[in-house]
Amino acid sequence: MQSRAMAMAALLELLTDQPVIICNGFPSREAYKIADRPTHFYMIGSMGSASAIGLGVALAKPKKQVVIFDGDGNVLMGMGTLATVGALKPKNFIHVVFDNEVYGSTGNQPTISNVVPLEKVAKAAGYVNVERVREREDLVYEFKDMLKKDGPSMLLVKVNEMVEDVGRVMLDPPDITKRFMQAIA
Amino acid sequence: MIESDVFVQALQDIGVDFFTGVPDSILGGIIAELMERRLYTPAVREDEAVAMAAGAYMSGKVPAVLMQNSGLGTCLNTLISLNMIYCQPCVLIVSWRGYHGKDAPEHLVMGDVMPRFLDTMKIPHRTLSEKTAIDDLKWLAETFMKQRIPVALLITKGVVKGLHP
Ligand SMILES: Cc1ncc(C[n+]2csc(CCOP(=O)(O)OP(=O)(O)O)c2C)c(N)n1
Ligand SMILES: [Mg+2]
Repeated sequence: MQSRAMAMAALLELLTDQPVIICNGFPSREAYKIADRPTHFYMIGSMGSASAIGLGVALAKPKKQVVIFDGDGNVLMGMGTLATVGALKPKNFIHVVFDNEVYGSTGNQPTISNVVPLEKVAKAAGYVNVERVREREDLVYEFKDMLKKDGPSMLLVKVNEMVEDVGRVMLDPPDITKRFMQAIA
Repeated sequence: MIESDVFVQALQDIGVDFFTGVPDSILGGIIAELMERRLYTPAVREDEAVAMAAGAYMSGKVPAVLMQNSGLGTCLNTLISLNMIYCQPCVLIVSWRGYHGKDAPEHLVMGDVMPRFLDTMKIPHRTLSEKTAIDDLKWLAETFMKQRIPVALLITKGVVKGLHP
């Protein structure tokens, strides 16, 4: 199994100017370190909200493909949003879940994603495409495929518990807002 | 009593063009009107609605979230750690259940503390009345853009026409 940082780097290489909303905790910090782009919205607080923010962007900007980088703990907290996305079916919505089966940001306490397959929940809720991947080649293949298809899609990436040596996101939240708004305008 | 369509039109006239939320009976007429105008995106929780509104705001929309005041409790963290911290405005249309202690038991505590709760949160708020409606809406529009934080318009029972008059 690969680390989330490796998986994230592989996906960021395939992205250019798509809006990317990244959930709180280490995922935001890692994305910021790997490739900071003005099209990134780092959600440093508000756990569980990244997918709902992404949904708002996807509905308001139907011509832009919106990508969410989420964590298993975040998805479990905002699980209702899987239903909202599944019901509204935005075609331009790609939900990537880095599933390490723990609340990694707070000390690796187990989540319940080892027994609750989140991509199946998403499928049952109405996501059109869902895939679960482990290896890098599958990850790249499926993500490229989802970029070509109508969504909503969920790519659940099994990752290990390794985290990069990363600091905080060194941007002021109001500046993150401004920069993101200009970048996706 | 203010007609629902007049109220919705007034919100549209001040620029609001993205509506989401979770229903309350007091808001029933407004939501029905929004649905008829195909302007309403239903959410399953108030915190989700607030986050969706934030995404819409960053995409150039002027968002409003409709909720019962109990939902303020549900979305507290999102209002703080998204809207407040990131300077993102949002119009909150909040029904005031438990107003003056007259309502079902589950509404009495929030109904009592809500104004102080909003003050503590530094969320500007105003209670809509038929007499002051034009001023209320003007205040809403000005506060929204100037302060770039959530701002609440409180709606008590019988001020805007509901589904069952
Ligand atoms: C409402 C709320 N509860 C708890 C926290 C503490 N917290 C921050 S990140 C996090 C874990 C997130 O888990 P996951 O989405 O799986 O990402 P990972 O940490 O594994 O990378 C927790 C519990 C928080 N920020 N907000
Ligand atoms: Mg995790």
